[in-house]
Amino acid sequence: MTERLTHRLMLASAAPVAAVVIAVVLSSIVLLISGSNPLAAYADMVQHASKLETQVDILNRATPLYLSGVAAAIGFRMNLFNIGVEGQYLLAFIVAAHLGAQVELASVLHVAFILVVAMAVGGAFSGAAGVLKVTRGVNEVISTIMLNAVVISGLAAWWIVEWQAGGEISATGGRVGTEPIAESGLLPDINSWLEVFTREVGLGKKLTGMMLVAVAVGVVYHVILNRTVFGFDLRSSGANPTASHVGGVSPKRMVVIAMTLSGMVAGLVGMTELMNTGYYPSNPISLLGFTGIAVALLGRNHPAGVAVAALIFGFLDVSSGILQISGAASREIVEIMKGVIILTAVIAYEVVRRIREREEAAAAAAAMAAGPAEAS
Amino acid sequence: MLAIELTGITKRFPGVVANDDINLEVAEGEIHAICGENGAGKSTLMKILYGMQPPDSGTIRIQGEEVELHSPAQAIELGIGMVHQHFMLADQFTVLENVILGAEPMRSLGRIDFDAGREHLDEVGRAYGLDINADDLVESLEVGERQRVEIIKVLYRGAEILILDEPTAVLVPQEVDELFRNIRELKASGATILFIDHKLDEVLEIADTITVLRQGRTVGTVKPDQVTAHDLAEMMIGSELPVPDAGESTVTEEVALELSGLRVAAEGDRAVVDDVSLSVHRGEIVGIAGVEGNGQAELVNAIIGIQDPDQGTITLLGRDITHVSVRHRREMGLGYVPQDRHRDGLLLGFTLWENAALGHQTEAPYSRGPWLSRPGMRGRANRIKDEFDVRTPNIEVSAHALSGGNQQKLILGREMVAGPAVLIANHPTRGIDVGAQAAVWDDIREARSRGLATLLVSADLDELIGLSDTIVVMLRGRLVARLDPNDITPRDLGAYMTGAALEAGAP
Repeated sequence: MTERLTHRLMLASAAPVAAVVIAVVLSSIVLLISGSNPLAAYADMVQHASKLETQVDILNRATPLYLSGVAAAIGFRMNLFNIGVEGQYLLAFIVAAHLGAQVELASVLHVAFILVVAMAVGGAFSGAAGVLKVTRGVNEVISTIMLNAVVISGLAAWWIVEWQAGGEISATGGRVGTEPIAESGLLPDINSWLEVFTREVGLGKKLTGMMLVAVAVGVVYHVILNRTVFGFDLRSSGANPTASHVGGVSPKRMVVIAMTLSGMVAGLVGMTELMNTGYYPSNPISLLGFTGIAVALLGRNHPAGVAVAALIFGFLDVSSGILQISGAASREIVEIMKGVIILTAVIAYEVVRRIREREEAAAAAAAMAAGPAEAS
Repeated sequence: MLAIELTGITKRFPGVVANDDINLEVAEGEIHAICGENGAGKSTLMKILYGMQPPDSGTIRIQGEEVELHSPAQAIELGIGMVHQHFMLADQFTVLENVILGAEPMRSLGRIDFDAGREHLDEVGRAYGLDINADDLVESLEVGERQRVEIIKVLYRGAEILILDEPTAVLVPQEVDELFRNIRELKASGATILFIDHKLDEVLEIADTITVLRQGRTVGTVKPDQVTAHDLAEMMIGSELPVPDAGESTVTEEVALELSGLRVAAEGDRAVVDDVSLSVHRGEIVGIAGVEGNGQAELVNAIIGIQDPDQGTITLLGRDITHVSVRHRREMGLGYVPQDRHRDGLLLGFTLWENAALGHQTEAPYSRGPWLSRPGMRGRANRIKDEFDVRTPNIEVSAHALSGGNQQKLILGREMVAGPAVLIANHPTRGIDVGAQAAVWDDIREARSRGLATLLVSADLDELIGLSDTIVVMLRGRLVARLDPNDITPRDLGAYMTGAALEAGAP
């Protein structure tokens, strides 16, 4: 029994470990070809990451990536490819920034209001793609890509001008953006939580309070997906819509719900920045939505797996800075590593899946042969 | 001269011997059928012969020459061709393009010589009496025609020995006749045919020689004129053959399911189910007979709730459910065994205990309120495994690891333990072996005696006559006859299904 359990655990961990090892080997080859010393580059990256301040950076980067990854994962679980996380979070970001600046509320309510607005906007925008799919048969990949364009070069570009703050920000900080949200609408950093375990965080680094929201989203995602009837409906409908339909789950309904939930989580992606700075800038952090797809893929849509993937991507993103500074390697190596990890992970997962499938089939065949031979 | 001679073929997989010292001799120019239950080792043997898997031991002789096969390409070179059960055709390509795909005659500069391909295709078609239009798009073809394209594809590559893997599984009766005509033509033109099947009537009709496998071993080789279907089935399962037999009637007065004036329209408002009225009582099995495509599928869909009827009502236990959701119907006690297990019945990548809950996930013990109960799901799954003899190492394996018969037992068990009032059994024993078939019959009969009302849709006439308390015949969307299974033969029933008996003026 324990032997079988160990075997299963080994199989489960084999894929990600193999993916990382192969990615390191391939990246080393690329580094060697480009004339850098891979060991020196890795040493710089690891040494940099061992600092508390860098770890705060990694967590701050991993937080929106995780939310984005979960948003994509919800879609994947329903066999939907929500490429629109990018547009959904930017739209939610700018609307929440604008509306958040218009109201005055007590601290907790103000933050909650902004987060709810962001989720509502993301959910509605993504849900629209779901409605298009079930009523008009529009493939969600097409519709969400086009809705991305509607946001990025349309609505957001228009509203940033429309909702442009007066002289205040640009005068003091030289920044352009929406009117700033009052202090009551911002999430405080959680450095003090971290410092319970560590020394004081220096360099003015602030660990985002959105990390707690992201953890909560992960927990809720896990519980809903695996422990509720609704989650079972969602997973079964994603895996086999016709069998699930016969079993009482309307596939159309699940498509709309899954797209909406995906968009709601997507709406939170931009909140890491908003809760810190208080306004939507002319150049918000972008591409988080697309990276989230890769994070979900690497994390196998699993709540904990996506977290690990977000941390790996956060680490790599933060490392690119130090590589540039130390000169050990070109910072672009980080992008190559990301790509290679994804590629090897996908292949390794598939190999493990096939091994497991074959073992199961053999075991079932053995059980059949061992069973009673008489027919009646 | 022997076209194929296999001696002492053994193939082991982890934990199971798929082929155990199998001997097979196929004479040139004969139609040789290989019979056996699912899991008897037919497919493994064919994969070995087609070079897809090497045997652990044993020898293969083709036309007297001992060979070692390492790949299908090599098998093709030796003149062996295989027609798979699931077609491998590109829908958007024409017949010609599909046939030459991978074996394209070339002209200079890498251009495909379609004229040469067409000529060769016509030659093959003429030589073997296979009729097909080279320019038709494959997507426009019927299933039987697609199969013919697969056969031509193999012949085009010069195959003289054809392996047909359960070729009739996907065909309707009329298409089976057409296939058999083609197979006889092939034989007349000198081809050798290995035919894998477990429908015994078909085997007896078409084969010159029959080899029966059971649990990886050769049980025997017989001639069709020396045996009956009954004998063959006993060879296959190694014991007395079960027969469907309804036994004492348990029909009650209480109506469980009632259809009245039901009409379902297809596109263009053509009625595919037309004014169907029918009632099924508690303790009764009502069989629906009919050639496939006469509206049975749409009728079933309307009853389980995935297709909306245009007119008429459906009443379950006295309550009108015509426009009630699928889930609500299931909760009210409607059980369903689908025709296509993989498409409509299972989540293949999910564990057995998750599959055991599918369709009943809102009911105890699978869940409590909005929360799933894993102990409840696992407990039920174990109960189904034990009571319905689902052969599996445990309930944690995924559904695709099980054989077809065991998957079907799992589905039937899932529906039965939920204690349904009405069961819709849509071809419940299609594509499963004799042993599992008997188990399914037993379970349905047993539930009937406890008051289950069953609507049985089947293409197996013996099954219909043996199990049903009443048989209704469906033709072009209408119920055209109501028959007593006690005084009807399969032959008569067949006449009703095609409409011949009606024209002759029967009731």
